[in-house]
Amino acid sequence: MPIDWIMGLIGGLLIGGAAALFLLVNGRIMGASGLLGGLVDGSGRSDAGERLAMIAGLIVVPGVIALAMGGAQTHLTSNMGLIVVAGVLVGIGTRLANGCTSGHGVCGISRLSLRGIIATLIYIGAGAVTIAALRSIVGGL
Amino acid sequence: MRKLVSFLVGGIFGTGLLLSGMTDTAKVQGFLDFFGDWDVTLAFVMGGAILPMALAWRWTIGRRPVLGGKFPVQSGTQLDTKLVTGSVLFGMGWALVGLCPGPAMASLFWGGLGGIVFVAAMIAGMLVAPAIAKRLDAGPAAR
Repeated sequence: MPIDWIMGLIGGLLIGGAAALFLLVNGRIMGASGLLGGLVDGSGRSDAGERLAMIAGLIVVPGVIALAMGGAQTHLTSNMGLIVVAGVLVGIGTRLANGCTSGHGVCGISRLSLRGIIATLIYIGAGAVTIAALRSIVGGL
Repeated sequence: MRKLVSFLVGGIFGTGLLLSGMTDTAKVQGFLDFFGDWDVTLAFVMGGAILPMALAWRWTIGRRPVLGGKFPVQSGTQLDTKLVTGSVLFGMGWALVGLCPGPAMASLFWGGLGGIVFVAAMIAGMLVAPAIAKRLDAGPAAR
């Protein structure tokens, strides 16, 4: 639907604007998995404050906006087993690949990084195959 | 100051994710559903986000970050096993439920128990990832 595309574009510009601000002012890459992962495995201890502040903003601000709008819908599956498997895969995968949708996808592609482009093509490809498999095995999403 | 900017960055990032619909797992799974009822929204989000970042990268040439330090250097062109294996695993997990790290955190407050369980599982995955990375680095002989 065109309205979804326009909202997507506006939201995308905000995401890119945030990433640009982080790069130009703090000199950092806005990668969600890297910022969190560095806190989890201790590799980002030296700049933990910045990481925590960024994650706090990422959790609190959309939280407040969503509540102010009267709640938003995630349409997340209620299958907890599937959620746990997916979470573990995303956690391991993004740390091995050193980036996710924001780091490789937004920050990597925009500087024409070969690693970012290849990673993005691979995770979208693997995602598409997974969706197709889900469809053919359980008959739906 | 660095922390204040970081908080702002996180806030704008999260607002963008919410407005664009990327915290809605149905839209993410819809984008990956190339052979079904394809939802192109995610491509608009990606395109919209890459645009200001491409300009930002151009601006960095010959300059320094406003708050000091150095800009991150390009991570090189090496395509190793970790990048490929990691991206495959990430893509599978992303598609299974439609969440990646950014939106998972942005919907933590209001996404219900499932969202919290996802983030907890993701953190558990991140904890074991360094050990797996070490084995992949060691090469096939060590496995």
